[in-house]
Amino acid sequence: MKRTAASYRNLILFVLPALAIYVAFSVYPLISSVVLSFFDSDGPVGSVFVGFENYVFLFTNEATSERFWNALGNNVVFFLIHLVVEVPVGLLMAALLTSGVLRRSTGVYRTLLFIPATLSVVIVGFIWRLIISPLWGIVSFPLLGNEVTALPTISLMSVWQYVGIPMIFLYTALLAIPGDILEAARIDGSTGWSTFWRIKFPLIAPQFGLIAILTYIWTFNGFDIVYALNGSAPGPNYSTDILGTLFYRTFFGSSGQVANLDLGATVASVIFFIILVTTAAYFWVLQRRLKTYEL
Amino acid sequence: MTSNRATSAGLPNVLLTHGLLIVFVILAIGPILTVIMNSFKTTQGIFTGPFVPPTAETFNLQGYENVFKRGEFFLNYQNSLIVTIATTLLVIVLATAAAWALTEYKVRIAPLLAGFFIIGIMLPIRLGTVPILKTMISWGIIDTLLALILVYTAMTLPLAVALMMTYFRSVPTELKEAARIDGAGEFRTLGIAVPIVRPGIAAVASITMLPVWNDLWFPLILAPSRENQTVTLGVQQFVGQFQSDYPALLAALTLGAVPLILLFTVFSRQFIQGLSAGYGK
Repeated sequence: MKRTAASYRNLILFVLPALAIYVAFSVYPLISSVVLSFFDSDGPVGSVFVGFENYVFLFTNEATSERFWNALGNNVVFFLIHLVVEVPVGLLMAALLTSGVLRRSTGVYRTLLFIPATLSVVIVGFIWRLIISPLWGIVSFPLLGNEVTALPTISLMSVWQYVGIPMIFLYTALLAIPGDILEAARIDGSTGWSTFWRIKFPLIAPQFGLIAILTYIWTFNGFDIVYALNGSAPGPNYSTDILGTLFYRTFFGSSGQVANLDLGATVASVIFFIILVTTAAYFWVLQRRLKTYEL
Repeated sequence: MTSNRATSAGLPNVLLTHGLLIVFVILAIGPILTVIMNSFKTTQGIFTGPFVPPTAETFNLQGYENVFKRGEFFLNYQNSLIVTIATTLLVIVLATAAAWALTEYKVRIAPLLAGFFIIGIMLPIRLGTVPILKTMISWGIIDTLLALILVYTAMTLPLAVALMMTYFRSVPTELKEAARIDGAGEFRTLGIAVPIVRPGIAAVASITMLPVWNDLWFPLILAPSRENQTVTLGVQQFVGQFQSDYPALLAALTLGAVPLILLFTVFSRQFIQGLSAGYGK
């Protein structure tokens, strides 16, 4: 009994500093943001509870709702391009690194392939804008200046930067496969290609779920590369506007738009909700799947 | 252990693997090298032969001169260093203490608290920016480096705690019990366990530094004034201002990129270990 009391005291003592900062600057702001979205603080009498009025305004006001749906649609495209290009390329890289034919060069390749992911998005954006600039003559078409090609171009710049992350996750998973399984496969006459698809791939499959959900969270939090290249009202004609830039513009203001903290908190809450629902659904499905495997 | 299998793989297989990886490496670092190389050339040299290394005729350091004359690069570097180092140290101390307690004192709320931290790995802290901004204004620390340090600590703590917990689980119980029998207090016992989790601390440090150094969002909102700008924001503003001065633009990009590439090359093992161990569960 006395031991438990001492344990509680020690636990609190050691955890409290970390907990305080984490709650004050991460958990509380997120909750507070949702609370704020139900208030109107611009009125003459201070903060007034307005229910869902900010949400109704966001979704029904002609100007704001058009911008919102456009940004959401663009964000979905931004996410899908990441998923469809980044994961297969990362898988191929990881498969090559762990194929067993490399000797000491694995570490060198791994480090070099990951370098883009260590750079600032700002630098990545500008490097690519220079390289594809028609002025430089490698690409003669203004990829960033066209409404159809601008968003895929920016997405692919981001893919180029972050492909190292799925590569590392899959590489680690492939390395974790017990050697005797592969040895048994080899003795049974299985060769490189079929060993990969029939034995290694099913074993690392759970990693794809993790990669997909992390990519989802990261892309729906995206902002830096679009802002760095195209500013807070990303053109041409908002074709590269995503939820992050819409959020920034709403609470911080930009040319042609007045800053509105309440509406900003509303946009943030909607993004939070979009992320939360999908993440919760993912973990729910994951839990059910794991249960059926255990049976 | 896998290397002896190389002998059984055919030569074409080996060549194909290296060939594909080399193509990927060229795609990954070619653009970066092109920018670094061209930063040492004249405007003329940049446009007439972007893939030609600087010659006696095209070699030029005007870009770097312009960057240092018109930008505030030393100040930007200083700010980024202060923010990154302070955050990293703070995160190491706080996460080590918290992870120690969460694995050591097995009372009923410990797993709940651990779960509360782990949820934070997925929390998109940027979406709380409006209340964060209000807090910083009311505390009178808006537009200071302290505001950035506090937010980045909160942002990177959950992953750091989760990582450190995996390392603390591997500390042998006998060691801790022996220390306690010798009369060591809880702080001393933690002190004895720390050397064993040193690889974890290295992983936490490397995984904390990069996102903090590279962030654009919070410097833009919480510390935008000239004297508080970090390198990432400084480069962003500089490039926006001097769009047509290509040598200066390339020099600014090089100055922003090179320190990180060097840092990562040194710490790549710890970083990759931290990344896969932190998210892997």
